[in-house]
Amino acid sequence: MLLSIVPLLLGFFVATGLALLAHRYMFLGGFFLFFVSALFTIPSIAFYLILLNVTGRGYATAVVVLTAYTLVLIYRNVSTGLQEVPGDMVDAAEGMGLTRRQILFRVELPMALPTIFAGMRIAASSTVGIAGFAFFAGAGGLGAEIFADPTFRGNVVAASLLMVLLATALEIIVLFIQRAATPWERAVRG
Amino acid sequence: MILAALGPFGDAIDFIFNERESQAGTVRVGGLGEMWELTWTHLQLSIAATLIATAIAMPLGVWLGHIGRFQFLATSISNIGRAIPALGLVVFFIAFLGVGFLNVCVALVLLAIPPIITNSYVGIRGVDPETVDAAAGNGLTGRQVALQVELPMALPTIMAGIRISLVSVIATATIAPLANVDTLGRPIISPNVYGTAGQLAACIVVALVTFGADALFAWFQRAVTPEGIKLAERGRPSGRRLAFLSSKRSMQTS
Repeated sequence: MLLSIVPLLLGFFVATGLALLAHRYMFLGGFFLFFVSALFTIPSIAFYLILLNVTGRGYATAVVVLTAYTLVLIYRNVSTGLQEVPGDMVDAAEGMGLTRRQILFRVELPMALPTIFAGMRIAASSTVGIAGFAFFAGAGGLGAEIFADPTFRGNVVAASLLMVLLATALEIIVLFIQRAATPWERAVRG
Repeated sequence: MILAALGPFGDAIDFIFNERESQAGTVRVGGLGEMWELTWTHLQLSIAATLIATAIAMPLGVWLGHIGRFQFLATSISNIGRAIPALGLVVFFIAFLGVGFLNVCVALVLLAIPPIITNSYVGIRGVDPETVDAAAGNGLTGRQVALQVELPMALPTIMAGIRISLVSVIATATIAPLANVDTLGRPIISPNVYGTAGQLAACIVVALVTFGADALFAWFQRAVTPEGIKLAERGRPSGRRLAFLSSKRSMQTS
């Protein structure tokens, strides 16, 4: 469980940071997108084992890998969320005398929140699945239960079901945070 | 030596090119010959699974998109697909159906289907309704509209879905040795035979294969995009993101 939440939070901060940088300095966008997509393409087992030789066995390796995988999902949604803010709104905010920083935090980011949270939900459920391979890095987790004895059916079914439940639970938690963070969304929908 | 300076990585690269004695000293492992054999099986398995999945999922997604119903089904199937752990799915098949190429292939097909269905559906739904109306007004039948208008315009999005599936299938085919199919995962899962060098070597090769397949498919995706869409993209400064945006949208629907 912790193995999924820590990378999710780390990924959120790193990806949002990158997206904000790219939002400010447009030329970085393409490079960042290529970089995070490339990270996502590396097969997870290979990623775990290659990193083993750099960061050593255990928890840290698993967290680094899982964070790397959340990056592309969150980054993409943060940057599209920011891009889809209507230009009129930014103009209006500028006209009211808001500084760039104020526009970002009071107009653009709140407007982009639903898209950002959609990315967080995707990242939440996929992180649980990839964490299943974390035992290759010596970090344990439910995957170890499955791998311990693949021919024994009980543990395979139980651990897989638990992973599905965990993924669903995490998605629902993120959904609740989203509803709490964007009260105006509900007001609009009535 | 340069390889020695790279530590474990140098040893792994050496493993790829030169064969050596196994950990127990009974057989010879590694070298280009064996690595190629493993890679070949890996590719066969991945390509077979992706092709079968495409043959099942693409017509279904296109049809659902064309009639414009069951949106809930088309979008929730990808959510379910994402939540089911790949490891659990493959091991589940081995535990209940036994080992072998076919069983792993079926498990990988199931893994590859959701992104293709969702992207086909979203791609078809994303076609400009006015274009569809114009085609219908020109007297095209429903089938003609689907195959000659909607399908070509949705191709970039559909291809993006197949690309996602292919990459994840190649990644997951790494655990196929659990079912006695000797893919590149064999050295990863049996380090007691291949040693840590073999394990790392296989990881490097798997990563390279994935990158290669992804790049090749990106090119293919570009090649099958109709000229008209490419022209329209060139017209708009932000148009280059079109294919990417629509594939992203498919992932957001939850």
